[in-house]
Amino acid sequence: MSKRLKNILTPIIALLLGIIVGTIIMIVTGYNPLDAYAALWEGALGNPYYLGETIRQITPYILAGLAVAFAFRVGLFNIGVEGQFLVGWLASVWVGLAFHLPKFIHLPLAIISAMVAGALWAFIPGLLKARFRVHEVIVTIMMNYIALYVCNYVIQNVLTNGKERTGNVPDSASLASPWLQSLTQNSRLHWGIVIAIICCFIMWFLLEKTTRGFELRAVGFNQDAAHYAGMSVNKNIILSMVISGIFAGLAGAMEGLGTFGYIAMKSSFTGVGFNGIAVALLGGNTALGVFFAACLFGALEVGALNMPLAAGVPNELVDIIIALIVFFVAASYIIRVFLERISKKEAK
Amino acid sequence: MSFMQILMIIVPSTLLWAAPLVFTALGGVFSERSGVINIGLEGLMWVGAFTSIVFNLTFVHVFGNATPWIALLVAMLAGAVFSLLHAVAAITFRADHTVSGVAINLLATGLTLFLVKFIYNKGETDIIQKGFNKIDIPVLKDIPIIGKIFFQNTYWVSFLAIIVAIIAWYIIYKTPFGLRLRSVGEHPMAADTMGINVTKMRYIGVILSGALGGIGGGVYAEAISSNFSHATISGQGFMALAAMIFGKWHPLGAMGAAIFFGFAQSLSIIGSSLPFLKSIPSVYLLIAPYVLTILALTGFIGRAEAPKADGVHYIKGSR
Repeated sequence: MSKRLKNILTPIIALLLGIIVGTIIMIVTGYNPLDAYAALWEGALGNPYYLGETIRQITPYILAGLAVAFAFRVGLFNIGVEGQFLVGWLASVWVGLAFHLPKFIHLPLAIISAMVAGALWAFIPGLLKARFRVHEVIVTIMMNYIALYVCNYVIQNVLTNGKERTGNVPDSASLASPWLQSLTQNSRLHWGIVIAIICCFIMWFLLEKTTRGFELRAVGFNQDAAHYAGMSVNKNIILSMVISGIFAGLAGAMEGLGTFGYIAMKSSFTGVGFNGIAVALLGGNTALGVFFAACLFGALEVGALNMPLAAGVPNELVDIIIALIVFFVAASYIIRVFLERISKKEAK
Repeated sequence: MSFMQILMIIVPSTLLWAAPLVFTALGGVFSERSGVINIGLEGLMWVGAFTSIVFNLTFVHVFGNATPWIALLVAMLAGAVFSLLHAVAAITFRADHTVSGVAINLLATGLTLFLVKFIYNKGETDIIQKGFNKIDIPVLKDIPIIGKIFFQNTYWVSFLAIIVAIIAWYIIYKTPFGLRLRSVGEHPMAADTMGINVTKMRYIGVILSGALGGIGGGVYAEAISSNFSHATISGQGFMALAAMIFGKWHPLGAMGAAIFFGFAQSLSIIGSSLPFLKSIPSVYLLIAPYVLTILALTGFIGRAEAPKADGVHYIKGSR
């Protein structure tokens, strides 16, 4: 069995295991799995409205997945996508509300501000990792909570006068499209999906086709070797976190300028950043893999909303399945051992 | 409001908010001292909070006043069992510890909320009848001044947390078991050469972290929130992780940091009723634990160093 085939088979087996365990949980708790999966399918792709909502949900997942995957390729674990996503969301809405400009300036400005905010939020852990060798996982987790509380504070005290949510961004800074909405029976589908797909290409091109990308990957494979070859490990660590943060900030802009058009106070995290980890892992940290994994998780999350009504199954079941997929991908060592056993038997 | 009155409000409240953090941070210490990173503390608290509330609601008429304590034991067991998943993935299946921890967190939230809907047909549980109540500690409450501040209107669990921290310190630093636990976290190969079963020690470390995380969640649910919903545990596990790091992976250090974070948390809640804190926006108190942790890691407040083999798989025969 070739290495490539194994790399493709491992996430698929993890996915199947996740679905099997999810099914067992439903059978044990007395729900009908067939009804549940039918409702899931219907709720994700059943009509143009659901399809539009699914694509809308896929958009931030692609970008969050790219953010996690990009850092992974350079050997860094960016758990802070959630926080970078929140500050990106906040920045995009802030700029959207603060200025009155023609659309061709205002919208790009709002998007860029989200990218800058995300980049800044990721720059701190990158710098601390490069300068002080502080583990990025812990710093990004802490930065998540700082982002959550600071965003809530800014929404309540700076953007509004003690209110829970801001007003809607004006049309000149909005990604919403009446045409796309009418096409999908008034779903919240917006132009963000185009940006997300372009970003997939950018990530692929940057990592696979440029000298800088080669350096970044080299640092991810072996820091010492990269250093010996004359590459600046520290510079590449910071750069990768910044690019990762840009993707995460963009994901925030998708929600701020596209889906919602405003930002509201949050009692806890949105989960987009954490699902981004699942997306990146299942997608094998490649641009194409992230795209497919985001499509899967987007469809699962949106389809799940139909499950309580249509099949009486709590939509948290899908969260369980996603968690199980992450678990099995993480434990893929055992899947690989299993695949090796099979291929050895075939060889005999 | 006199200074004495302010202390009488702040100290019990601090100790109450600190108790879940102390338990969970100690769990983190056991796991990471054995060399397994445990980002899943948050998830373990979810499981503990869920189990304790469900047990409490179901069996309150059987056990009466003892219910919260028995529920806490059940939460401990549930946390220990749930942490086995992390142990199996991170130790036996050689999963990346951080990824496996993330999976534990996602699984715990999904599973507990699913079960709440399955059992109660609604998004949150009822409020428990018998939780941990305010008490005065007998004898000690009569000590002048100190008794009033520390031992009146307080909670048993606060003191239990401190006692458990001291026991944890004794176990980790004064017993052969603790030496073995630390050795597999610092240099597993050397420990293996000396005949210590690295895998077994690491399993024990993770299971202890599950048990203590379960207690942490149970304490929070039964003493503070009194029910279980999607917002019951929101970040306490990560704050406990921060306390463990801020306390430099030392049980008493973790306890001290947890008490300090509990202080910050309780101030952000009761601060508005205290005269000199009204003017400070609560956001500073809310983010203080996290900012301080980053500063501690960076070395501005005495550098915090993780055990050497924290997060490193031990594969026999590899160098």
